[in-house]
Amino acid sequence: MKIILHVWRQKNAGDKGRMARYEAPNVSEHMSFLEMLDVLNEDLLAKGEEPVAFDHDCREGICGMCGCMVNGVAHGPERETTLCQLHMRHFKDGDELYLEPWRAKAFPVIKDLVVDRSAFDRIIAAGGYISVATGSAPDGNAVLVPRDNAERAMDAAACIGCGACVAMCPNASASLFMAAKIAHLGLLPQGQPEREQRVTAMVAQANQEVFGSCTNMGECEAVCPKGIKLEVIARMNRDFLSANFAGRVGLEAD
Amino acid sequence: MQLDSKSPTGPIEKRWEDHRFHLKLVNPANKRKYTILVVGSGLAGGSAAATLAELGYNVKCFCFQDSPRRAHSIAAQGGINAAKNYHNDGDSVYRLFYDTVKGGDFRARESNVYRLAAISLNIIDQCVAQGVPFAREYSGYLDNRSFGGAQVSRTFYARGQTGQQLLLGAYQALERQIGAGQVEMFPRTEMLDLVVVDGKARGIVTRNLITGKMETHIGDAVVLGTGGYGNVFYLSTNAKGCNTTAIWRAHKRGALFANPCFTQIHPTCIPVSGEYQSKLTLMSESLRNDGRVWVPLKKGDKRAASQIPEAERDYFLERKYPSFGNLVPRDVASRNAKQVCDEGRGVGETGLAVFLDFRDAIQRLGKNVIKERYGNLFDMYQRITGEDPYREPMRIYPAMHYTMGGLWVDYNLMSNVPGLYVIGEANFSDHGANRLGASALMQGLADGYFVLPNTIGDYLASNKFEKVETSHAAVREAESQVTQITRKLLEAKGTRSVDSFHRELGKILWEDCGMARNAAGLKQALAKIPPLREQFWRDVKILGGADELNQSLERAGRVADFFELAELMCLDALDRNESCGGHFREEYQTPEGEAQRDDEHYSYAAAWEFRGVGQPPVLHKEPLTFEFVHPAQRSYK
Repeated sequence: MKIILHVWRQKNAGDKGRMARYEAPNVSEHMSFLEMLDVLNEDLLAKGEEPVAFDHDCREGICGMCGCMVNGVAHGPERETTLCQLHMRHFKDGDELYLEPWRAKAFPVIKDLVVDRSAFDRIIAAGGYISVATGSAPDGNAVLVPRDNAERAMDAAACIGCGACVAMCPNASASLFMAAKIAHLGLLPQGQPEREQRVTAMVAQANQEVFGSCTNMGECEAVCPKGIKLEVIARMNRDFLSANFAGRVGLEAD
Repeated sequence: MQLDSKSPTGPIEKRWEDHRFHLKLVNPANKRKYTILVVGSGLAGGSAAATLAELGYNVKCFCFQDSPRRAHSIAAQGGINAAKNYHNDGDSVYRLFYDTVKGGDFRARESNVYRLAAISLNIIDQCVAQGVPFAREYSGYLDNRSFGGAQVSRTFYARGQTGQQLLLGAYQALERQIGAGQVEMFPRTEMLDLVVVDGKARGIVTRNLITGKMETHIGDAVVLGTGGYGNVFYLSTNAKGCNTTAIWRAHKRGALFANPCFTQIHPTCIPVSGEYQSKLTLMSESLRNDGRVWVPLKKGDKRAASQIPEAERDYFLERKYPSFGNLVPRDVASRNAKQVCDEGRGVGETGLAVFLDFRDAIQRLGKNVIKERYGNLFDMYQRITGEDPYREPMRIYPAMHYTMGGLWVDYNLMSNVPGLYVIGEANFSDHGANRLGASALMQGLADGYFVLPNTIGDYLASNKFEKVETSHAAVREAESQVTQITRKLLEAKGTRSVDSFHRELGKILWEDCGMARNAAGLKQALAKIPPLREQFWRDVKILGGADELNQSLERAGRVADFFELAELMCLDALDRNESCGGHFREEYQTPEGEAQRDDEHYSYAAAWEFRGVGQPPVLHKEPLTFEFVHPAQRSYK
């Protein structure tokens, strides 16, 4: 089948950028979306035009490196599917697709479809962990974890940090990303001692990174390739409020 | 060159403890005076960087991805082994040690393997404490499952995303140290050379992948946790970015490369569908717990699986290996799949696939149980193939997955270049000629959390480190080497893309140095690779410049190294006139078609010394002796 592509081309962070129109004439339905882009890039190279830069690595939907907006939807039209796992059988001959990089002030464009998501790492560095130095752990079965908690923690821990939630949110909020980590660790007994400190530190860092606030639009949940549920945000808000009511930390204004 | 493995002697259970006791220590107040460069941020590199920082060392950590959380360890699905014997099924540290030495077909160092098995216990404890959400029983206790090559249930797992969860545990520990200022992180930064000063590894030359800026980082020791080289085959289950550049360029600076021909072909991957295919996707080995592998009895039987009656199916693994059945080790399962396909009994459009069937398991356990165990894997299969594995069997075929070979290291994980440590898949490791399932995660974390942080202090405490300026001749020489490579690649201005060369190289290797090898094929590959390599340097086409994000240029540098490595792999495979583990030489097999080792002549690790591109490398042998597990033909019947 033939696909018409409109792709955001931007040479570097300083460049203004523009949409460019390309045709991909021989797309097989078995191709993944990124393989379709590989073929486009081989064509561009042959014509002497620089290939489209896009981030990708594992191509199994787990590393979280790939992703772009496809016709305004993060990771494209299939639910719970990263761009690398999206296959061309979901499109039809003659489709026109607009590919843009993640849209968020906190994710500046580096080149074409490649953006800088290091803000996510800084949020984790602020408190998205359990402080345990190597070597000081008790036996794995010394702390029992109810199965239901382990399962719900795993649901939240499935986050791949791709940034689709931010890109899709009209406020460019990082709430789903942050709350997934807070829920993962907060549902486990090991995560209790630092629970309040964690939520406060992570929220403060997200505010510094110019992510927006959550207004419960739910766009993040709709595009999350790992199916992380909005309820984690409610949990985060609860933890945040209780941390503040406990008076251990001052409520900070945005 | 005399290879000193520094392997301790004495009772095997006491070796690591005794050895550690005799290692010199760096006093806590002095640790901050040392800088350690850790390249790679996967299970090995990430856990090492975090742990070294916790100890008080200054750490600089480098990865080519945009975040340390993306290292390819993240894609490991099935699980991690630990000899906890939580299930009272006869497991022990000794049994895990035994299984691993046997599984590796007696080509690993006993002392290392025992240490790995013993440390497996600590790893689980550490990961639980970090909040890794391992699967639990209803009682709250940790759950286990069984894996290929073992008859006990010792595999801990977090759904089909164990690697992801373990990596996120290490990543969070690392981020905590980054937040504390103890680790300086350099994402989107690729190591392009090793700086050796007065015989010691003292630094690395890197390229910032966004700006193209070249930089030299000086430290007191260099740790490479940069993963395996499976992508030399082009199509593999590795992430697209996985490469050999860091270890290969260290090899060119003097580090010996051991057992390059020991590569692992994983039996359960989604088959190739077309020329454009960019990578292969693994379906976790854990599926073989409940899935049954079969092909039609008759050649060329193109009926749908459901139309083939029971009597006309050949469950070939169960038939040939009744005691291990579908859970035979990977090399055995892969080779048998290839064999039935070569006989013309393969399934699917290409005939290069076998069925992995869950019909019986679904009948026995119900769809819900299967969904709980493998739901995400089934979903992934369906997303990629468009077929529903709950209704029809999966089609699978072996694919390149893991490399047991890598840089040679001693018991302290130090290469023959003083101060250069190599951990995880990047070293020639503890897996011998074949790695058992769920052991890669174990080794990466053992090296990074528990071994290296103990051994590196001995080197630091025993040596004096002069300050190295970036104006030092060795630094300048390495920098100019890197600049020249980049310039040469950009100036070729040829006609063919990097990928087209890579694909061609991969095909040569897959055909002649893949699942089955023979002398004639290997010689043929050795004749084909050099001219293709020369053509690559002449005719590669890269647009854009060196001072910007240039993904073609990045790939070109990596493929250039793959070309040189590919030749060494074939040489090593040709030199090893025996079959063992993943290295199957057709000339050396038992009458039943199993691998035939030659312990008299080949019970050694082959460590190759680089002598120049196109020059024959020099072989150094580290003899392997077995005091505890006596070499026998591996039998899984």
